[in-house]
Amino acid sequence: MTQHVVPTRLYVQIFGALLALTALTVLVSFFDLGGGRLHYANAVAALTIAVTKATLVMLYFMHVRWSSRLTWVFVGAGLFWLLILVVLTLSDVFTRHWIPALPPWGLTSLQ
Amino acid sequence: MPEPHASVAHQFDDAGQQYQASHLGMWTFLITEIMFFGGLFTLFAVYVSAYGEAFAEGSKHLDLILGTTNTAILIGSSLTMAMAVRSAQLGRRNGQLLFLSLTLLLGLAFLGIKAVEYTHKFEQHLVPGPNFSFPSPVARNVQLFFSFYFAMTGMHALHMVVGVVLLTILIVQAWRGRYTADYFTPVEVSGLYWHFVDIVWIFLFPLLYLVARHA
Repeated sequence: MTQHVVPTRLYVQIFGALLALTALTVLVSFFDLGGGRLHYANAVAALTIAVTKATLVMLYFMHVRWSSRLTWVFVGAGLFWLLILVVLTLSDVFTRHWIPALPPWGLTSLQ
Repeated sequence: MPEPHASVAHQFDDAGQQYQASHLGMWTFLITEIMFFGGLFTLFAVYVSAYGEAFAEGSKHLDLILGTTNTAILIGSSLTMAMAVRSAQLGRRNGQLLFLSLTLLLGLAFLGIKAVEYTHKFEQHLVPGPNFSFPSPVARNVQLFFSFYFAMTGMHALHMVVGVVLLTILIVQAWRGRYTADYFTPVEVSGLYWHFVDIVWIFLFPLLYLVARHA
């Protein structure tokens, strides 16, 4: 059976990178990067770091980098469907302010 | 037992084909898991956009130190899991036992810290339900944040418990010398599962603990 055996040094380097990115995302969260009421810039920074970390885990720890083309197709299809779920839902929610789909029920319920 | 292909089930031509089938099967399962957690994350995004201030208030009541520690612990457990798979690839029984045990210990440490956090939430009346109390005009929206917190970290913790059970089985089997350089598929696919659970936490941590931390 042919299997790619990853050198220990590479695993430790990925581990180090993941810890450094964790420290970075905590550090960045203390600063207001702007983006208005919802702090979009902070959310984008946090998600960018999280996606980078997840990519490192998938490529190296989960061996996707050395996996068969068929595995790539499966993983790619899964992530593409996730993108459909997230993007279509959010583009709908974020562009329909005229529909009171989410009333501030916390405020009214106290009266 | 010592005959070369004793571990190949009769429907497969050889160990390589069996390995590929198991590998793809695990990825297919993980994709359904991605869709499951993806739904929770999408719902969270919708509600954080509607009740941003209340969610920020709730987020500040999560313990950043414990959350960051748990993130580091889980990343460490991914490293030891990757090393356990590597030991299996090389047929090293002692390495398998060492790294699988370390992964198990780190996983239990994560769950222990999670239990401490949950206990604090109960003491502070931050668990959604009749005893929830939060001094804020948007208390009900803060309660919604904590509903997300418990649903998402709870589902994640449940996956960790499953991982702990898998690791226990792997350790027993590795002890018996079941895994060699020719057959280590259970170690490999359990590793994929463990890393996936790590990835879920990589997204949960910034969304729950770091959202509007600066505000």
